[in-house]
Amino acid sequence: MSRLQQTFTSLRANNEKAFIPFVTCGDPDLKTTRELLLAYVEAGADIVEIGIPFTDPLADGPTVQRASERALAAGATMDDALALIANVRTQTEVPLVPMTYINPVYQIGYDRFAARCREVGTDGVIISDLPPEEGQAWVEAGRKHGVDTIFLLAPTSDDRRVETVAHAASGFIYAVARMGVTGARSDVPPEIGDLIDRIRRHSNTPVCAGFGFSSPQQIQKTCRDTAVDGIVVASALIDRIENTPGTSEEKTQAAATFARELRAATRATA
Amino acid sequence: MTETALNNPAQVNGQVTDTAVDAQLNASVRGHFGDFGGQFVPETLMVALRELETEYEKAKQDEAFRNELAGLLRDFAGRPTPLYFAERLTQHYGGARIFLKREDLLHTGAHKINNALGQALLAKRMGKPRLIAETGAGQHGVATATVAARFGFDCDVYMGEEDTHRQSLNVFRMRLLGTRVIPVTSGTKTLKDATNEAMRDWVTRVRDTHYIIGSVVGPHPFPAMVRDFHAVTGQEARQQIQEVIGSLPDACVACVGGGSNAMGIFYPFVEDKSVRLIGVEAAGEGLDTPLHAAPLNRGSKGVLHGSLSYIMQDKQGQILPTHSISAGLDYPGVGPEHSHLKDTGRAEYVAVTDQQALNALQLLCRLEGILPALESSHALAYLETLVPQLGPDKNIIVNLSGRGDKDVHTVQGALEAMGR
Repeated sequence: MSRLQQTFTSLRANNEKAFIPFVTCGDPDLKTTRELLLAYVEAGADIVEIGIPFTDPLADGPTVQRASERALAAGATMDDALALIANVRTQTEVPLVPMTYINPVYQIGYDRFAARCREVGTDGVIISDLPPEEGQAWVEAGRKHGVDTIFLLAPTSDDRRVETVAHAASGFIYAVARMGVTGARSDVPPEIGDLIDRIRRHSNTPVCAGFGFSSPQQIQKTCRDTAVDGIVVASALIDRIENTPGTSEEKTQAAATFARELRAATRATA
Repeated sequence: MTETALNNPAQVNGQVTDTAVDAQLNASVRGHFGDFGGQFVPETLMVALRELETEYEKAKQDEAFRNELAGLLRDFAGRPTPLYFAERLTQHYGGARIFLKREDLLHTGAHKINNALGQALLAKRMGKPRLIAETGAGQHGVATATVAARFGFDCDVYMGEEDTHRQSLNVFRMRLLGTRVIPVTSGTKTLKDATNEAMRDWVTRVRDTHYIIGSVVGPHPFPAMVRDFHAVTGQEARQQIQEVIGSLPDACVACVGGGSNAMGIFYPFVEDKSVRLIGVEAAGEGLDTPLHAAPLNRGSKGVLHGSLSYIMQDKQGQILPTHSISAGLDYPGVGPEHSHLKDTGRAEYVAVTDQQALNALQLLCRLEGILPALESSHALAYLETLVPQLGPDKNIIVNLSGRGDKDVHTVQGALEAMGR
């Protein structure tokens, strides 16, 4: 059983939902990213998503764009991200899931990228602009090397697409909770419950929701009212770091404190 | 369920099997030109792309749609455009006869209106009340703003902040037409970033919005559809040249940024193997400097804005900044069908510098009384190389894709900087 499967099996057994914080690799430098990642693990993260920066992140809103720009300006590369994962893997068994765009992966090659992901201890990969129609070679490479291929579904996805994606996805399915790009919002997304129900009709693969989650109340309500298996939080955590004055230790501390509150909200229904 | 489906080797190899999902996966791998093209977009857009593809396929077969578009191209846009024999330019180079396909005479001043009209009619069929577009030089933005006004669409146009300064006249024209122009301040603040921002808008409001992509780029079906809407240029030129000289031309020359005007004139000649198809990219300060925008000459294969093509990137797959004096060519990608024409050898792709383009612009002004756009001036600048190469008794068509009124400030600044 893969680390992701183990994580969801044990969460489901306890009627708990996964808390999945996001870090951008190299924002503002690799040392800070490592400390932040380990602070999230310490705060109870069930999975950590690691953004590999790309110059043209067209699925991301302003917050993640800024983080990517800072990381690229500091020279962060794909090799750095894989080295970071290898390093963190010696400290924790928490599943680590890189999120990136297709072009940096295409340059390495699907098979080689999957092999390297496996080698460093990566559990699954999310590629924001790779739908399964274009992703057959990637799915094949992931299967071969034991790396889960996490695909996305959106409120616009019709039932035919839900079926297609559910077949190609492993590890978990990433449900885009609302129309648009990433970024913190305050409301509870109205369409996520329906989307998750539609996915459930085709697949028992865990479903985690992201895009716009920013408060404990919102997360608690989504966990209580839908069949979701986990919640991804990215922009709200980055916003917290940007808005906290002081040293990088103080910023990391503030983000970890916030992460604890968000995690507690994923346990409230247990 | 997941396990069995994915462990089925037939599916992994992409062969047809009898399950519905496999059939769908195989049927949907469309929109490829050889290795290039595809649909590399966030999931949210996939259903919209399928809807657009279906609607476009239906519209193509629909005589009422074809008639309405033909009527608008004739009465609103001003088609057919003349094929003009540039007598003094021909004398100047002293070789092949040079013909200019006068897309610069179209309503709004460039070929972009051909595509904007076609897509606006599609948006109307799909019942989408809002249009968005990206623009570099502003010509596609103006064309989109124009059709939005003509059909009563709400319209937002994304434009890199740097381009809003270079092309301030076009910004004002769009506003006059009732369109909101949204300056984009991320990244390089040019066409690439305007396209990112338009994509983000579309992901957010895809249910009520149609995105009129302005070139033969983006995910399927855009590259083929935009090409089809511009192919009228080549169809007319092919007929016109035969009426004048009794045969096909020896070469067609067009500038290539995303490559829409070039695809438009090339496409009807692709099967005419005797006709050389020559695309001219922007060499900026020179192909051996980092300051150019010539992915077909100096790029490598990669994915940008939804399709696989030649792009300007570093070894890590990060997109590189580009430079051209022409805002419309200042883009790190190119249409996937051009990449295919390059790899198959059917078309040649060359590049000329900012300086060569500026010289060609001035030459056409003085010899023919025509002010060409800086983009089109790149095609004209290649005549200096091509005419001596071809020799006498040959015929060349240059696609004069746009007029240069919008570039007067830029040209003035550049010439003053050179002390002329």
